[in-house]
Amino acid sequence: MSAASVSATLAAAGNGTETLVTIEDLRVHFPITSGIVFRHKVGAVYAVDGIDLKIRRGETLGLVGESGCGKSTTGRAILQLIRPTTGRVLYEGGDLAHLKGGALRRQRRHMQMIFQDPYASLNSRMTIGDIVSEPLLVHKLADRAGRKTRVRELLETVGLNPNTLNRYPHEFSGGQRQRIGIARALAVEPNFIVCDEPISALDVSIRAQIINLLQKLQREFGLTYLFIAHDLSVVRHISDRVAVMYLGRIVELAENALLYEQPMHPYTQALLSAVPIPDPVAEERRRPVVLTGDVPSPVEPPSGCHFHARCPAAREGLCDVEGPKLKEVRPGHWAACHLITADDYPHIRAGEDDLAVVADGGGEPAEGGETA
Amino acid sequence: MSDRDRLEPEVEVDLGLGTAAAGAEVATGVGATGMWAPDALLIESTSLWGEIWRRFRRDKFAMIGVVIIFLLVAIAILAPWIAPHDPTKQYDEGLTMQGMPVGPSSQFWLGTDTLGRDLLSRLMYGARVSLVVGVCANGFALILGVIFGLTAGYFRGGTETVLMRMTDVMMAFPIYLLAVALVSVLEPSLGILILVIGIVYWTPMTRVIHGEVLSIREKEFVDAARLTGCTNRRILFRHILPHLVAPIIVYTSLGIATTILFEATLSYIGLGVQPPTPSWGQMISEGQAYYLSAPHLVIYPGLCIMITVLAFNLVGDGLRDAFDPQQRRR
Repeated sequence: MSAASVSATLAAAGNGTETLVTIEDLRVHFPITSGIVFRHKVGAVYAVDGIDLKIRRGETLGLVGESGCGKSTTGRAILQLIRPTTGRVLYEGGDLAHLKGGALRRQRRHMQMIFQDPYASLNSRMTIGDIVSEPLLVHKLADRAGRKTRVRELLETVGLNPNTLNRYPHEFSGGQRQRIGIARALAVEPNFIVCDEPISALDVSIRAQIINLLQKLQREFGLTYLFIAHDLSVVRHISDRVAVMYLGRIVELAENALLYEQPMHPYTQALLSAVPIPDPVAEERRRPVVLTGDVPSPVEPPSGCHFHARCPAAREGLCDVEGPKLKEVRPGHWAACHLITADDYPHIRAGEDDLAVVADGGGEPAEGGETA
Repeated sequence: MSDRDRLEPEVEVDLGLGTAAAGAEVATGVGATGMWAPDALLIESTSLWGEIWRRFRRDKFAMIGVVIIFLLVAIAILAPWIAPHDPTKQYDEGLTMQGMPVGPSSQFWLGTDTLGRDLLSRLMYGARVSLVVGVCANGFALILGVIFGLTAGYFRGGTETVLMRMTDVMMAFPIYLLAVALVSVLEPSLGILILVIGIVYWTPMTRVIHGEVLSIREKEFVDAARLTGCTNRRILFRHILPHLVAPIIVYTSLGIATTILFEATLSYIGLGVQPPTPSWGQMISEGQAYYLSAPHLVIYPGLCIMITVLAFNLVGDGLRDAFDPQQRRR
């Protein structure tokens, strides 16, 4: 990809330059306890182990990684469904991690979630109308008549027959149920939606419909998505930027095109090389980087770089000792790897404080040079 | 529940036995113009409760149980009008010259008891005590069990530890001893009886509810409710409690059988309902001295207890099968 097209992508993705959600050093450690009477901690699952991220208003940030790497936990911790062990989650500058009770409930209006399993995420004892109108009732956004009108409107928005509001979830198919879940999320007019693998439980034939619906809604309502998935091609289709997670940490973060065309982190390279190409000639030439071994247990993550044990390029004495920081390797492209050095990438910059440098500083020298 | 304002309730759901919800018709509106999903909406509307009711109705034993309970309730309610005699009146002609109870006759259909009172009338009035104690004591146990079980299961942590250990301690207590101790300290009466049986029997219900809540609270729709901004109270009562209706109904119907038996036991040892109010357990106790010369004094109240307990057990089993078809009767 040429520099020109890269900068074009950057410009296109830069529709939102304002940061909506800031995640600072987010950690979620689940304690492992032992003993029945005297319960004591014997260890912890380091599900999320220090994540810094800025999500810009209006963008779709894809979050990819293997099963068990902490993607969903990250999403849930951002929304305070799982309370973070440490770290801050700033929504429009206010920290959610320290909110409690009513204050947190009031903030919930602004952020919602679309769940993976459309069967488990709808209460089977409630009608569709009750499910979709509950947010309105809880936040006192409309009176009885207003709620009814709004529910019909919402069902229509997500492509469901508004006359079905007295039916129960079991009368709907998986795709329809997912639409109901989306309608519920939209009811409070949120700004930020975490999509936790919203299509992986659906039939292949209806996945595209849901993706298109999500994109349509984003355009219509100016939504910001954190799109969690393990399907790289879907993330590529929907995302503006993509973050790659490995064992509780973000290893690479870049604009969509940059990440897919020129992945830098060895893990991302391996991940992308495993995606089949729908072209027999190209597929023939594909040289997948085969990783050895399984994802290590998050109970005892490897020392240093979490990936060093499986990394084809790991250097002893460096990668297994010190965990690499996420560095901006070039404008809009961040990677956490010791092997990406200033020799190869003169623009390299360290430090997590200015993670959103591309977003915040329109006149940042590096970016300015590219876009000029 | 004031906030149960469903929108346009076309599908009525009866939380009791799910009557008449079967096959409720819902306007599909497929013909209307619009752009909803192509895989939409020609599914026949089947109500959850309608399905359960259909399964329950197919269960012959359960239906026998329902008929018996229905008859018992009718007898208990109508006792003052259908009983042939006053249950507490001692008839001179109800005793033989030797002072023995008389056998069945056209005047006393099932004979009389040791004081010359009409046995049939006493059995009819006795049904009132059994049913009232059975239902009320269970209701009381149910309320305690649901409150403790929900709280312990939902909030976990220290609350759970305290409540569930308390339950364990209660379960380890010899319940008859506890009940006897409680009744003998307090003045025996119908109200005290209900209270004591409720206190003794809340533990199994707490255990059941606690276990169910533990699994339900991990479901994604509970997360969704929390994200929606629901308060804990709303999540508990609006989202979790409706999923507990099945175990509650099943365990209540089975519990009523146990409770009736327990009432009979307490009355038998004289700590239940006090004479002259008739109760089945007390009637057995009074008649047992004459079981050789007048066996009907023991047999009829015993049969009444047996049939009632059996009926509630049949219904409870039937309900369990209807609610949970995967877990068939062994």
